[in-house]
Amino acid sequence: MPVTVPLRQTVRMISVKNLTKTYGDFTAVDDVSFTCKPGTVTGFLGPNGAGKSTTMRIIAGLTPASTGSATIGDVDYHDIPNPGTQVGVLLDASAQHAGRTGREILALSALTMGLPMSRVDEMLKLVSLTPDESKRRVKDYSLGMRQRLGIANALLGDPKILILDEPANGLDPAGIHWMRLLLREYANRGGTVLLSSHLLHEIEVIADEIIVIGNGRIVAEGTKDELLHTAGTFVKAGDMSALANALTAAGLTTTPSGDNGLRSDATPEQIGKAAAAAGVALVELRPAEGAGLEEMFLELTSGNQRDDIITQGAQS
Amino acid sequence: MSTTVVTIDKTRPGIPMARLVRVELRKLVDTRAGFWLLVSIGIITALVVVIQQWVVAAQDMHIQYSDIAQAMATPMGIFLPVLGVMSVTSEWGQRTGLVTFTLEPRRNRVVIAKLLAGVITAIASVALALVMGVFGNLAYGGLTGHKVVWDVTTLAIGGILLSWVIGLLTGFAFGMLLMNTAAAIVLFFVYSFVLPGLLEWGYETVSWIHDIRPWIDFSDAQVPLFDATMSGKDWAQFVLSGAVWFVLPLGVGVWRLLRSEVK
Repeated sequence: MPVTVPLRQTVRMISVKNLTKTYGDFTAVDDVSFTCKPGTVTGFLGPNGAGKSTTMRIIAGLTPASTGSATIGDVDYHDIPNPGTQVGVLLDASAQHAGRTGREILALSALTMGLPMSRVDEMLKLVSLTPDESKRRVKDYSLGMRQRLGIANALLGDPKILILDEPANGLDPAGIHWMRLLLREYANRGGTVLLSSHLLHEIEVIADEIIVIGNGRIVAEGTKDELLHTAGTFVKAGDMSALANALTAAGLTTTPSGDNGLRSDATPEQIGKAAAAAGVALVELRPAEGAGLEEMFLELTSGNQRDDIITQGAQS
Repeated sequence: MSTTVVTIDKTRPGIPMARLVRVELRKLVDTRAGFWLLVSIGIITALVVVIQQWVVAAQDMHIQYSDIAQAMATPMGIFLPVLGVMSVTSEWGQRTGLVTFTLEPRRNRVVIAKLLAGVITAIASVALALVMGVFGNLAYGGLTGHKVVWDVTTLAIGGILLSWVIGLLTGFAFGMLLMNTAAAIVLFFVYSFVLPGLLEWGYETVSWIHDIRPWIDFSDAQVPLFDATMSGKDWAQFVLSGAVWFVLPLGVGVWRLLRSEVK
């Protein structure tokens, strides 16, 4: 009998508590805790190697946690009967036997879950793989087609929870738009989605709640609105040093932001006036919405790159 | 606003073993490699029978049904273990394990399903081989005019089956142990072709190997299975050598598969 819970706010479909995973001296996931609620799409954002995939594999019972726990609806993944019909998982779209056809891969999953073969055709249609394409071997699929197949495989058992690792990777813009609509509808029907991405833009487009992870630790989390809301103004000019001088001369403090821009607590009007007075032509002037998240994300990414350079230097 | 939300249903029926076995059987034949491996087993076994009859007829030799069964044991002894290796290593090499073990996270059940699928394949192979042997033996009678002798007892059929199942499961064990197709196949060939030669050489030259060889040479211990002449001592040697070369790698392999991280 299905367990019914009256208040949706109290329901935590996915809960991760103080999760840590170490490999020798390396800590891949460091004391990570978060929850995913029904009716929301939670975006797991972080640079490559931040610990997103490891966390998701632990949730799906493929990797044992060092300490802490990950449960789905308060149940350990290993204790879910016929889990494919309750939790849809896509961890790596390329992890399929290259010699099987797309259709055969779905047929094997349907057979395992005890679903009728008509469900395979429904799912192929849903992800827009033509009957012709479905009879091709997966080694001849583009990454985008593999992602579609993987999403079809995750949705096959009509689960209420979806766990998708980098599902937008390899999709073209139209594909990303399609996936956003698909997941939006899925969440609106009460489904829970946890998806990861290393691209800020993808997460911005698709997710309601965002968890930012870097070097195994959660560095920020909240609703999209909370995280994207940054006070101040973002400004960019053709001649950035002239702009910086002009703003300093006008007594406005600035910090570097985003792609070679500046962020200031001043209003757009104050900045516009200061730039006009100094005769600096602006190419961008807008409220700094989202700039804060972008700065943080760039810092995470560049932090990793700097580490790489230091390691390389030490080796040579 | 109160909304009804369905969480995880722990009372739902799990996946029955019969369904998992069907899936594993299907996975043995739904790739080109698996399909042609099975077809090759059939074709090569048939070829062995044809060549054997040809040579026998040309040289006017006298053979019995058991000789034909023994000739077929060589190709089966090579192909069935390779099948066993591939049934488990493809989950790692092709990384299908990510899906297999999320659909059935109780990995021990997947292992049992693979074992059962392997045993079913071995039984089907024995049946196919015996039928081919019947045709071979009839052809022998027709070609040479010699008396056709049906000397394979039910017991011997059981022995052949046991030996082939062990071969397949040894491949399976090595596959789980190494989780790599090429390495597991190489290990199997070293184990089944190089090792017996070494033991034979040791048997001839080193006195202590001479004494313990019957107790540690698993392939030698299986020979009496084919003509159903297993004595009590033969069984003891079969069990002991099997513990070393079959049960131990199988146990360690299963342990590794259950514990390792699926990536």
